[in-house]
Amino acid sequence: MNASAAHASNTPAGGPYQAIVIGGSSGAIDVLNVLLPRLPVGLRAAVIVVLHLPRDRRSLLVDIFRPRCALPVQEAEDQQPIQAGHLYFAPPDYHLLIDSGPRLALSVDAPLHFSRPSIDVLFESAADGYGDKLVGVLLSGANDDGAAGLAAIHAAGGYTIVQDPASASMPTMPEAALARFPRQTPGKTPSNTPGKTPAPHVLTPEAIAARFVQLHAQRLL
Amino acid sequence: MPHKTKARIADIEQRLLLDAIYHQYHYDFRAYAQASLKRRLQSALTQFSCKTLSQLQDRVLHEPAVFTGLLQYLTVQVSDMFRDPSYFLALRNEVVPILRTYPSIKVWVAGCSTGEEVYSLAILLHEEGLLDRTLIYATDINPHALRAAEQGVFDLDRVAAFTENHARAGGRSSLSDYYTARYSRVVFDKALREHMVFSDHSLATDSVFAEVHLISCRNVLIYFERDLQNRALGLFHDALVHRGFLGLGSKESLRFSAQAEHFDDFVLEDRIYRKKAGR
Repeated sequence: MNASAAHASNTPAGGPYQAIVIGGSSGAIDVLNVLLPRLPVGLRAAVIVVLHLPRDRRSLLVDIFRPRCALPVQEAEDQQPIQAGHLYFAPPDYHLLIDSGPRLALSVDAPLHFSRPSIDVLFESAADGYGDKLVGVLLSGANDDGAAGLAAIHAAGGYTIVQDPASASMPTMPEAALARFPRQTPGKTPSNTPGKTPAPHVLTPEAIAARFVQLHAQRLL
Repeated sequence: MPHKTKARIADIEQRLLLDAIYHQYHYDFRAYAQASLKRRLQSALTQFSCKTLSQLQDRVLHEPAVFTGLLQYLTVQVSDMFRDPSYFLALRNEVVPILRTYPSIKVWVAGCSTGEEVYSLAILLHEEGLLDRTLIYATDINPHALRAAEQGVFDLDRVAAFTENHARAGGRSSLSDYYTARYSRVVFDKALREHMVFSDHSLATDSVFAEVHLISCRNVLIYFERDLQNRALGLFHDALVHRGFLGLGSKESLRFSAQAEHFDDFVLEDRIYRKKAGR
């Protein structure tokens, strides 16, 4: 109750979130395994995931997560209209972007942070497309992809979550994102300075899953 | 200024810049997928020392050299030779046997950029004994990319990956048979180029120029919005001979397109389609 009340004070007045974008690299698949199966049927937001993958192989993410998730799971296709309550994975060797519609769009532009798909590319285009109707989540990883993207989501008024680096098998990625914000205590909801949106929520995988469920119960997701 | 206002202004500036480019230089990016374009334009701002797209628009209109530079940002695609080896393997195993039945073969590589795919196809057709009766039209809107493609010169440090792809694509020869290494570059054999015609062509504004048996257009349509995708696919339909073949990128499909009904799936997992009979 306490957490929920504290959380509500951080919710922008804009209303429910239309999408959750999740980025991760090394060590993130175990976290996805905590988060994604607990997303409830009837989720009002689309869920779009970029995970760094080997470029030259077919991704197994859909095969892994489809049987474990309540939501429909698919690999993103170009020009596909984004549907609420659906879960999309970026295909290997393509950047995934949000275009007007909203639709999914792919590109083979140069890798960013040696990564294609790049988390920054998804997050920045999602921030453009969804503005403050977006939740951004950055997970475990060994490079700094996603830090600029998460900052862009934050600047657009979105709701940002960073995996607690202490809980990450590779803390570089969450730490790089948090380095762009004032220091804060893990697990504690960041304080809201007047005129400025709060810094990212720093949460363990379990707590991120619980936060999704809670936001859904509040009809925000 | 609130973030929403800034974002709206940036969208307006992007539309105005693309209008300006179209009216002054007749390159039409207005129906390109805007999210990718936006990323490229943002990196161009740094390159041209502009703070906003409005400033860039001013320079683009008044300094043609700036437009030429910007065109590189907007259009150049770097691909690998034999990218997605299974596509080339499927062409080799499924499409080549049918191409073999024609006395002369025409192939169109639409959006060839710096030529990696053109040389890949030429080598594949040479290995299959078909290059001598084949003409490959390679088109792009970027004159610099076309010139680079025509030269057939690639960085040596990319060749290891090309070689591995070529082997996985069922290559019957050694890739090194087709190039000469010079310092940090490799130059592909001139004999391949005798079967290639490079030409400026826009899928957004130009029309069909030849009748062809196979069109390969990979990872080009993903940069277009749906209407422009439909236009390009319509051109492909018109350019193909009866029962001709169309190959797309591994994540492109006809599924969301108005042209879907005019093509049969041929090798669906490798995005190879065949024009339906009777039209």
